Amino acid sequence: MDWIYEFLSQNLATIYVLVLATFLGFELISKVPTVLHTPLMSGANAISGVVIIGAILLIRQSSSDDYLALSLGFVGIILGMINVVGGHAVTNRMLEMFKKKK
Amino acid sequence: MSLLPQLVNLGYLSGVIMFIIGLRQLSSPKTARKGNLMAALGMGIAILVTLFIPLEQGDNNFILIFLALAIGTAIGLVASKRVEMTAMPQMVSIFNGLGGACAVAIALIELLKYQVAFDAASAEAPSAGVHLTTLLAMFVGAVAFTGSLIAYGKLQGLIRDSKFKLPQPTLINMILMIGSFVLIGWKTFDPTLPLSYVLILMGVSLIYGITFVLPIGGADMPVVISLLNAFTGVAAALAGIVYANQVMLVGGILVGSSGTILTVLMCQAMNRSLINVIIGGFGGGGTSAATAEDQVAQSITLNDAAILLTYSESVVVVPGYGMAVAQAQKVCHELEQLLEENGVSVKYAIHPVAGRMPGHMNVLLAEADVSYDKLMDLDDSNQALADTDVVVVVGANDVVNPAAKEDAGSPIYGMPILDILQAKHTIVLKRSMSPGYAGIQNPLFFDEKNRMLFGDAKKSLQALVSEVKSLA
Repeated sequence: MDWIYEFLSQNLATIYVLVLATFLGFELISKVPTVLHTPLMSGANAISGVVIIGAILLIRQSSSDDYLALSLGFVGIILGMINVVGGHAVTNRMLEMFKKKK
Repeated sequence: MSLLPQLVNLGYLSGVIMFIIGLRQLSSPKTARKGNLMAALGMGIAILVTLFIPLEQGDNNFILIFLALAIGTAIGLVASKRVEMTAMPQMVSIFNGLGGACAVAIALIELLKYQVAFDAASAEAPSAGVHLTTLLAMFVGAVAFTGSLIAYGKLQGLIRDSKFKLPQPTLINMILMIGSFVLIGWKTFDPTLPLSYVLILMGVSLIYGITFVLPIGGADMPVVISLLNAFTGVAAALAGIVYANQVMLVGGILVGSSGTILTVLMCQAMNRSLINVIIGGFGGGGTSAATAEDQVAQSITLNDAAILLTYSESVVVVPGYGMAVAQAQKVCHELEQLLEENGVSVKYAIHPVAGRMPGHMNVLLAEADVSYDKLMDLDDSNQALADTDVVVVVGANDVVNPAAKEDAGSPIYGMPILDILQAKHTIVLKRSMSPGYAGIQNPLFFDEKNRMLFGDAKKSLQALVSEVKSLA
């Protein structure tokens, strides 16, 4: 079990961030009205598209003749970007309904 | 020390802060749009900054990256413009699934690279911790991916609950889940195992996503999508650990934990537990029929009630004896004025027998300075109710009981009532579920249009006033 101990001690700062962010996430939405459940879900979904950064890093780190990595990364960026852009755009459309009609 | 890495870190930090503020603002109707834009801006900065991180290896391949970004943006924009308002939940599900697929693609490539290093016993081989994290990212991402696709299929009506029934779904899911963890653990402890183990893990995870969502009823899909969204967040966070990338880590974990809370809140709003949704959801039809028989009245929170009132165009208050007892008419008038200031039209529907004697209610309201032209009698009320967004019933019970119209066996059958179910929503302020003056149960309380706001009428109205104030 040495490797677990090693992993934990090497990534101590990461673990602190992990724990704090987890609690922050719980606290941020502890009180949200039912009417906002769907837009909030959609907005959070758009944020989870942050995984796209991994795909970008992956392509940048690959050499230009590593076709497998490049093609999978390429698809990954497209999928991630649809999640990000589509997610925020759809959320915005839903929230427009809350504009006061005068 | 060069400036670039510092700027990158600064960019990531602002991205994280914007995610946090954005999520916070998304949970209040007043600021939700700003919150969404804020989160989008944070994402834009995070992506931009990623293009400038100084790397030790690789050819950057910027053209490929820009091309993919452009294609993804175009598809995302077009899809979000075209989708109909009623189809929003399944759209969110698809988007979420794509995020999960992105995590799978990344993890797969990383694991392929690891494999080369492991086989060569090279010094570049990742630590067991990183290896495990990547395997987990693949598992969670794959479940989120296929699970979201099934959720989409259910909401879109492509997959019917009655067909595609799994025998022993709980057993199958247990086996697949345990199988996935065994594979992950095995590969972690013996990284020289052939690549086929990774591919089998991917296959099992993808199948598990399907069998996980398939048995759950269509009516519970929004809850499931929220849960799968939390999964995608966790997958992103795991990938963030692999890349030692803080914005992925924090962004992913924020979505993971807030998504979990949101899932629980959504369950509560539907009067169910999460376990009940996941394990008890054998086909949607059976469960919904059972709840109809059980007659569960749904309650509403003050916050929701206040939002419903503030964002509607017309509100009708039905005052009753309970309001008189609670001396709540002054607060009621205050709420009315507050809503009128927000552009909501407020009227009172007075049943002939509301209060203690005919006209009693009019007097009580006049005493509280309610303008006379806001009061409607029975016939006028019933005509106006069809165009009403929200009806607030304050301490009235029998005068709004639909049993008087429908149930020939009811002691109040034939009594003229205020037909408030014509309106879009109704909220009943009541101390408890006890039957009213006539001692008969009121089917209105169990109608799907209706929500109960339990508590003393005066206190509830006072609380509503302050909630509406905080919204305005």
